[in-house]
Amino acid sequence: MNDWAASAAGGALIGLGAAILMWSVGRIAGISGIASGALEGARGDRAWRIAFLAGMMIAGAVALQFLPAPPRAQTGSTPLLIVAGLLVGFGTRVGNGCTSGHGVCGLARLSKRSLVAVVTFMAAAFASAFVMNHVSVWP
Amino acid sequence: MTRANLASLAAGAIFGVGLALSAMVDRHVVLGFLDVTGHWNPRLAFVMAAAVAVAAVAYRLIFRRPAPALGGEFRVPKTDVIDVRLVAGAAIFGVGWGLAGFCPGPVLVGVAAGVRDAWIFVPAMFAGSWIAGRLVR
Repeated sequence: MNDWAASAAGGALIGLGAAILMWSVGRIAGISGIASGALEGARGDRAWRIAFLAGMMIAGAVALQFLPAPPRAQTGSTPLLIVAGLLVGFGTRVGNGCTSGHGVCGLARLSKRSLVAVVTFMAAAFASAFVMNHVSVWP
Repeated sequence: MTRANLASLAAGAIFGVGLALSAMVDRHVVLGFLDVTGHWNPRLAFVMAAAVAVAAVAYRLIFRRPAPALGGEFRVPKTDVIDVRLVAGAAIFGVGWGLAGFCPGPVLVGVAAGVRDAWIFVPAMFAGSWIAGRLVR
């Protein structure tokens, strides 16, 4: 399977997983919200979140072992990764969603809010990736 | 385990295999898409297009039902208000995503797969979310 076919097939599985979660328990498959709720949410609302995340992490990690091109060794700058992590955690909490919640599920249900969020975070990501690669000040 | 939790586990597993297969766990593939000036890598666009297409068709069918199959109700945001909070949050998320190429789903799979950079990123991500939860109500 070439890269593009694998990407489309992977994307289709992401959409299918999101569909099953909505069909069964009526929830949006937004990972930032599921994860923060799993840690800080109401007690009675945690089990399904933990189950979803466990399935995603374990099955994803196992699947990576069988793929012809596993993620290459990653050795990014530690301060950069910490700053990026803080921004991603902070921004997704404030904006109520990430690539999955707004991107996949929000666009799929034609949410205006999600469309605005996606356009905004894509534009910001293109800009910051450009600055990173061309005006980089990181060690 | 209840049927609802079992269904969530299965949905998560399929979602996770999709993230792995689509190579989104490799942050360099994501950065290759976000940096249009280098060797542009369009994979992320295929992933998003396929995911949105499948979810959009499925949601249309699912929302014909009065309620989810395993009980409860559909928990979908009702508001259509576009406010500063939404735009500012999305912009901050986008900056962080463009810096490292990690977003919440793929990076959690990276943690389970023992990817070094994911182990550094994820504690900071949860800290950032916790701080936002304290500041914004």
